[in-house]
Amino acid sequence: MDSLFNLFVRSVFIDNMIFAYFLGMCSYLAVSKTVKTSVGLGIAVTFVLVITAPLNWFVDTYLLKEGALTWLGADYADVDLSYLSFIIFIAVIAAMVQLVEMVVEKVSPPLYNALGIFLPLIAVNCAILGVALFVQEREYTSVAEVTVYSFGSGIGWFLAIVGFAAIREKITYSNIPAPLKGLGIAFILTGLMAVAFMSFMGIKI
Amino acid sequence: MSNFKLLKAPFNRENPITVQVLGICSALAVTVQMKPAIVMALSVIVVTAFSNLIISMLRNTIPPRIRIIVQLVVIAALVIIVDQLLKAYVYDVSQKLSVFVGLIITNCILMGRLEAFAMAQKPWPSFLDGIGNGIGYGLILVIVSFFRELLGSGSFYGHKVIPQSFYDAGYIDNGLMILPPMALITIGTIIWVQRSKNRDLIEK
Repeated sequence: MDSLFNLFVRSVFIDNMIFAYFLGMCSYLAVSKTVKTSVGLGIAVTFVLVITAPLNWFVDTYLLKEGALTWLGADYADVDLSYLSFIIFIAVIAAMVQLVEMVVEKVSPPLYNALGIFLPLIAVNCAILGVALFVQEREYTSVAEVTVYSFGSGIGWFLAIVGFAAIREKITYSNIPAPLKGLGIAFILTGLMAVAFMSFMGIKI
Repeated sequence: MSNFKLLKAPFNRENPITVQVLGICSALAVTVQMKPAIVMALSVIVVTAFSNLIISMLRNTIPPRIRIIVQLVVIAALVIIVDQLLKAYVYDVSQKLSVFVGLIITNCILMGRLEAFAMAQKPWPSFLDGIGNGIGYGLILVIVSFFRELLGSGSFYGHKVIPQSFYDAGYIDNGLMILPPMALITIGTIIWVQRSKNRDLIEK
């Protein structure tokens, strides 16, 4: 239990998807003009992450890894399909995003109205594939760990984009040097926020 | 546009990172040292060039409704080839790049150029456009990694360039340059410099 909480805090603050790995920067920069839309996108990313990361972990553990096919019989014990992981992961993500979109549309129209426009964007968000690949690389061993890690990463991404959007709303009123307006100041702001987030690095839990 | 212009425009005026805002995602984390950055840049050039070429050749046969998935499959196949090649020939660099080679798949440059250019143009211009955008992207990676490596560890492509006498006189490497935030601030500065040179790129 302790280690799961530990993992959660690590993935939100220390290994933050944006500030430590720069994943999902494209939508982060594009959809952070107002706090309202960024809250929507943040929730959608968290939602899709929590669904796809454990699913990809199952695919990796029971289909792709070396020896993963042992459950089919001893003949398959040394089959290693891990070179296929990129293509399978991206296919799983794209399919899941499509499926989630359809299910949400049927089950909860208000939620669909809030998240709908963001869902297709998310299929090609690097944060989603990034988490799937990190899970594979770090060899998490239980589905609980994977779920907590993906949820934490999603929350970290959410915090980052909402905080950034809030600052961005204010900064339109500031007097910035003309060549730095827009994209330039956005990068520098993100850098400064990342410095702030680095203060969490000292935490040992 | 002439072919040469197609190749050259993304270096500066249509740079994928600083002007089109594509593909920042997967790249910055590999800019601590120059060597991984150069390998990453080359991988991206190969993938952008060939995915543009292949999609452009297929453009009349891809049904529009499923084009995203077709594009993703082509890109993913190319990235797998690149990844396997890196693992085979430069294993240590491929360890350093870790998941970021796989993340080329979701790099927005690829989808962006495929959608905006290769779906509507002939194969040869698309190929050049892919190379151009790959190089434009690589250029930024190399510049960022140059400054981060020089100021952060006092070396250039793995060789010490700051003489020992400087350290003896009290010079200290700036540890902050190695940490992630400085990649963002360096890019911000590059954009600043570029836009003060090309004033028409300034956002209103």
